[in-house]
Amino acid sequence: MARHIVIIGNGITGITAARFIRKLSDDRVTVVSSETDHFYARTALMYIYMGHMRYQETKPYEDHFWSRNRINLVRGYATQIDPGQKVVGIADGNDIAYDALLLATGSQSNKFGWPGQDLLGVQGLYGMQDLALMERNTRNITHAVVVGGGLIGIEMAEMLHARQIPVTFLVRENSYMDYLLPKEESALINREIAEHGIDLRLNTELKSIRGRKTAEAVETSQNERIECQFVGLTAGVHPNIDLAKASGIGTNRGIVVNEFFETSLPDIYAAGDCAEFNADGIGSRRIEQLWYTGRAHGKVVAKTLCGHRTPYRRGVFYNSAKFFTVEYQTYGDVPAQPEPHIRSRLFQSGRKLLRINSDRESGRVLGFNAMGVRLRQDQCEAWIRSGTSIKNVLASLVKARFDAEFYSNAVYRQAAAV
Amino acid sequence: MEHQASLQLTSSGADYSAHQKIGLAFIGVGLLALLITFLGEGALNPTVTLALSLAGLLAGSGILFVRMLHQPAGVNNNGVWFSGATARGMAGWILGIVFTGFYILLYWTPSNLEQLIRGTDALSYAIRGSAADQWFLYGLFYTLAVLVMGIRMLIKYRDNRYQILRTISVMFFQLGLAFLIPNLMVLLNQPEFYFSYFWPLKYDYLWPSTFSSLTQGPGLGIFLLFWTAVMTVIATPVLTYFFGKRWYCSWVCGCGGLAETAGDPFRHLSDKSTKAWKIERWMVHSVLVFVIVTTLMLWGNQWMGGGLLGGMSQEFSRWYGFFIGLIFAGVIGVGFYPVMGSRVWCRFGCPMAAVLGLLQKYFSRFRITTNGGQCISCGNCSTYCEMGIDVRWYAQRGQNIVRASCVGCGMCATVCPRGVLRLENGPLEARYNGPVLIHHDDMSVQLDETWKQSRPIMPPFQEDLPILTDDDL
Repeated sequence: MARHIVIIGNGITGITAARFIRKLSDDRVTVVSSETDHFYARTALMYIYMGHMRYQETKPYEDHFWSRNRINLVRGYATQIDPGQKVVGIADGNDIAYDALLLATGSQSNKFGWPGQDLLGVQGLYGMQDLALMERNTRNITHAVVVGGGLIGIEMAEMLHARQIPVTFLVRENSYMDYLLPKEESALINREIAEHGIDLRLNTELKSIRGRKTAEAVETSQNERIECQFVGLTAGVHPNIDLAKASGIGTNRGIVVNEFFETSLPDIYAAGDCAEFNADGIGSRRIEQLWYTGRAHGKVVAKTLCGHRTPYRRGVFYNSAKFFTVEYQTYGDVPAQPEPHIRSRLFQSGRKLLRINSDRESGRVLGFNAMGVRLRQDQCEAWIRSGTSIKNVLASLVKARFDAEFYSNAVYRQAAAV
Repeated sequence: MEHQASLQLTSSGADYSAHQKIGLAFIGVGLLALLITFLGEGALNPTVTLALSLAGLLAGSGILFVRMLHQPAGVNNNGVWFSGATARGMAGWILGIVFTGFYILLYWTPSNLEQLIRGTDALSYAIRGSAADQWFLYGLFYTLAVLVMGIRMLIKYRDNRYQILRTISVMFFQLGLAFLIPNLMVLLNQPEFYFSYFWPLKYDYLWPSTFSSLTQGPGLGIFLLFWTAVMTVIATPVLTYFFGKRWYCSWVCGCGGLAETAGDPFRHLSDKSTKAWKIERWMVHSVLVFVIVTTLMLWGNQWMGGGLLGGMSQEFSRWYGFFIGLIFAGVIGVGFYPVMGSRVWCRFGCPMAAVLGLLQKYFSRFRITTNGGQCISCGNCSTYCEMGIDVRWYAQRGQNIVRASCVGCGMCATVCPRGVLRLENGPLEARYNGPVLIHHDDMSVQLDETWKQSRPIMPPFQEDLPILTDDDL
């Protein structure tokens, strides 16, 4: 008899799992979300605010896709799980019985107990409700402050800038994202931020937010007061574990899982941003909060849910971003700080940058950073995986080019000249 | 350094709007002068008022374009869905009605455009040697639209050489091969011939009437026949094999040229649904069949000395010219830009696009390659595809995009924030790849046969689009 697999969360992890369960089995699949009726690309939230797209353009599948593939979508807020009865409690009372349950509840924005953090006009940006709130909070304002130099922070600065709202951007570090990006990459983005007219304050932390009911100003660690009517809190996210915690599922920072995404309770799984791998897990990064890892988790956990117990294995690391107009791709191992065993070669021409890391002794290629140029993922991964020598990589670098036709080849010329 | 940045604060929003106001004022004066010309009944010299109108429109556009230069280069579609003109708001509908109305006057009652036509007489005498008619006026407006909005494209996409070269190309072909040369040929007592249009788009170029008029007419006739035959039969398949249909649709063609320049602000309005795709395939191939049948019937008729179906074949060709050539390509194709996007004609009606599409799908090296697993499903590619292709659907599953309708404008690759898409003329092998997300092999342990067999047989998973395989497990 077909089982009923229930998934809490319709983000990339939950939806990927649902799609693959449908491909692999004839089980009933139900996806519960309190956020939106249909799956949309969270990565595109900024584009809705900037007017590049509307909500409907951010939906990767047409609405009829779900019923045609017998994936049942429920709009509801899961309040509690009864693992004994195998029932998920839904706020509107339409509780759902399950045979297997996947928690894909994602993340929540961090708030670090700043004075004034709950004033009106102060918010993070993670989901559709945050976007609606930001729409209201930024209407007719004259100045905004964004706190936290990560990806969401720079995206929020870009969003506000697109609406011609002057932005002050508080970044704790010496240089934008210098905990992930090497010095030159970070400096390039500092320049990019400034060129877009953002008031970038490095080495600056938020001390407090002032205001009676709504935010009126922030005070910084440099003892400056900045008048503003909107404060974006973008100092990272943490796993959303409320539901798991309320239901007696083992949690730490995230919902604790093994490499099969199994939680402490039988027939309950967790994957994506909300999951934290246990000590026996799969390496140093216990919590993975990328779009790509969310998708990968969903695909693997679907197999386990369909009876083919499959461990999660990481491949060569990759990620991408776009900082204002500068595209960024990274493959393999590119640490922010120089490491003695790594030789790093940098080719740069204006806002185009290519960094290739190799092992100092063996010469094997280890990783790539690309800014303003596009690299072919399969080629970079093949080189890293096979430990191709840096000499051969430089000689055949053109094979990895993924730039548009007629694109500038300045950095590749530099690389070829080595 | 962190405090230097604050000097560049964009509190200059007020300057922008002052700047904009000046630009808009010039455009307003230009439109007013156009209206005066249109309604003038000869009270004012139409040449003067039309010249004034064009000067106002050009100056106003120029001032607005300068503003774009002040912004950093890079993809900028800010506010596209907020502006009424570009998001089917009131301004958009008004624009649509004005464009459509212009086509209706042009085709059915050109006498209403008399003063505008007279306003172009001076230019017409200079390059054509005769008084203007409505088609000269139309050609002039069309060419100016491609040139002015082409300059806007060059500024908007100034950091993308593919877009720059492509835009210069369509501007060149429109101005040279679709405007100056045909008119100069008339001046030199030659046939008015368009070197950049071929059968079946220029459907009558392979009709017997064109053959007889070219062979019996003056001068270059034989060469022109040779040109049209070679371009249609040899150059079209060969160029499409190497470059895809883009060599024509987004680099040469005048309809494409207008869509890529004047139509750029409306490209996101194309319908991306699978339903629209279904309608598109039926319509565009029906038109192709229609034009082939018409052409064959005309030759049959010619061969049988008018014996085939009596005068029916002539009637047939008139119908085609009216419904497809005029109403579809003009009124709907351009008039509906602000409502249905810039490529309605190219997508649903153009028989040339249908031929090129079949060649592109089955006999071409062109494809849009997807970069492994880097897609974040954001949807910019699909949104800005003027042909209504749901590019993201392929990109997010790591599959190459091989679609008959793709005109190779490259905008999906341009707006992609993560470098996922690339237009390529690669080898035929592996052109159609299966869905291959990177890390495929890491994550998918090969399912053993017994496990597979123990599972019930699944009904096919409905991914909506016909694909080669569906086994990305």
